[in-house]
Amino acid sequence: MVLLLLIFVLSIFLGLELISKVPSQLHTPLMSGSNAISGITIVGAIIAAGSSEGSLGTILGTAALVAAAINVVGGYLVTDRMLGMFKRKEKTDR
Amino acid sequence: MNVPEYLQTNFTNFSYIVASILFIIGLKMLGSADTARRGNFLSSMGMLLAVVATLLSSGMSYHWIVVGIAVGGVIGTLAARTVKMTGMPEMVALFNGSGGVASLLVGLAEYYNKEGTEMGIAIALPTALAVLIGGITFTGSLVAYGKLAERITGKPILFTGQNWVNLALLFAALALAIAFAIQAGNASVLLLVLVGLSLVLGVAVVIPIGGADMPVVIALLNSYSGLAACAAGFIIQNNVLIVAGALVGASGLILTSIMCKAMNRSLTNVLFSGFGSAVASGGGEQVEGEARPVSAEDTYYILEAARSVLFVPGYGMAVAQAQHAAEELGQILEGNGAEVNYGIHPVAGRMPGHMNVLLAEANVPYELLSEPEDVNPVMNTIDVAIVIGANDVVNPAARTDEASPIYGMPIINVDHAKTCIVLKRSLNPGFAGIQNALFFSPNTRMLFGDAKATLQAVISEFKDR
Repeated sequence: MVLLLLIFVLSIFLGLELISKVPSQLHTPLMSGSNAISGITIVGAIIAAGSSEGSLGTILGTAALVAAAINVVGGYLVTDRMLGMFKRKEKTDR
Repeated sequence: MNVPEYLQTNFTNFSYIVASILFIIGLKMLGSADTARRGNFLSSMGMLLAVVATLLSSGMSYHWIVVGIAVGGVIGTLAARTVKMTGMPEMVALFNGSGGVASLLVGLAEYYNKEGTEMGIAIALPTALAVLIGGITFTGSLVAYGKLAERITGKPILFTGQNWVNLALLFAALALAIAFAIQAGNASVLLLVLVGLSLVLGVAVVIPIGGADMPVVIALLNSYSGLAACAAGFIIQNNVLIVAGALVGASGLILTSIMCKAMNRSLTNVLFSGFGSAVASGGGEQVEGEARPVSAEDTYYILEAARSVLFVPGYGMAVAQAQHAAEELGQILEGNGAEVNYGIHPVAGRMPGHMNVLLAEANVPYELLSEPEDVNPVMNTIDVAIVIGANDVVNPAARTDEASPIYGMPIINVDHAKTCIVLKRSLNPGFAGIQNALFFSPNTRMLFGDAKATLQAVISEFKDR
């Protein structure tokens, strides 16, 4: 428990350091990309849906899994699509 | 599989560490334009690794897992492929909400999977938090979606004593969470009431916030979805959830604070002031002079002679979907020998970076997009500033009028350009309900109408000559 808390606190600080200065053109991709990362809760959903201990837990876990998979798959794809549109001047053929 | 269990556990944990590293590097790379796309890819590989490692860990029955991943994956893919760039704020809100509800459901599912056994406070507390934060994120995001998609009014929904009601709700929820934790999870009624309360709370905290403050709300909800995942990590005692969730929580907080700074307001003010309601006090300064309307033809003559042009888009550009027309006019002006740039205010639009996404969709190279602190110093060298559906972010009252509600907000000083052309539907004050002296300044010309239509009219003036 204490170790997990330590990991939590360190990760928060790491996160604050990692992205302290972000150019505004990347605000949306950063948001949707990090949103996809928050879909990591999918791991919890898999564990909940896969442990066939109780039927109610399994149903709730499966529902969680659907929501988390939407978040993960959709989040990464949409971020990639957006970033694919950001072009430098020399690369555009004009 | 006849792999010894300790090896398998080691493999799973090692994979989680690698996944965490991929998230960290990926997030770092997302912060810089050249590496962002690869960063997103790395982070998605981290996710894939975490998922595969979990699937391979012992004691899984795959049946429901396959169903869940398939259904969610297909929905997510379709949504991400079909969404229009103009619908991006809504999409982000929905994805955010699904992350929130996932964490809430994980909390519930784990509770019922372990029902009857002694949970202990170390599991019960994060269960309550996952439910609480996940629930707020879920309905909060849905309300944000409703406001962005204009299914519900973008204006703040206010009633007297609202802040007290919300505060009471929050304290009730926290008290429930603590009570549940103290009983070490032997209280399914408490947990279910907490679910209901957190769902109500999510609605209650977002409805009083107006449309123009949505960038702050979306960034904050993004942070919450990370924290909810973090809480879920504490439930299942899983490092990768805690690391990834905390990273998202932190990045969301940073974005939130960037947005607040761009409006010169505190987070508390954004969340509790009901800013932009009809009762806005208005500036003390009386607006003098009269607006000078201009036709597309006259606009052509002004632009034809311009050597440097700055586009300043706002939410009106998104509404009129005028980004392609703006890009086309920009190209024409460049061909005409003018230097063309785009000044982007961080809170223009309805989500962080909204204008950048739209202009990127219209193939505007991102080097042409500058932030206020870069364009303001050279503003008096700009011949023409074209304001497309922006209002409060170019309102000089933020600089000059101490009585104005937006006083102190950093703006783009288009009033310092030699000429300013404002594309706008009418003279109505902007979202904040504040008159804009810019529209009545001697250097300003008002080009009334739908931004896309008027831009196209100007473009055809150029083409016809």
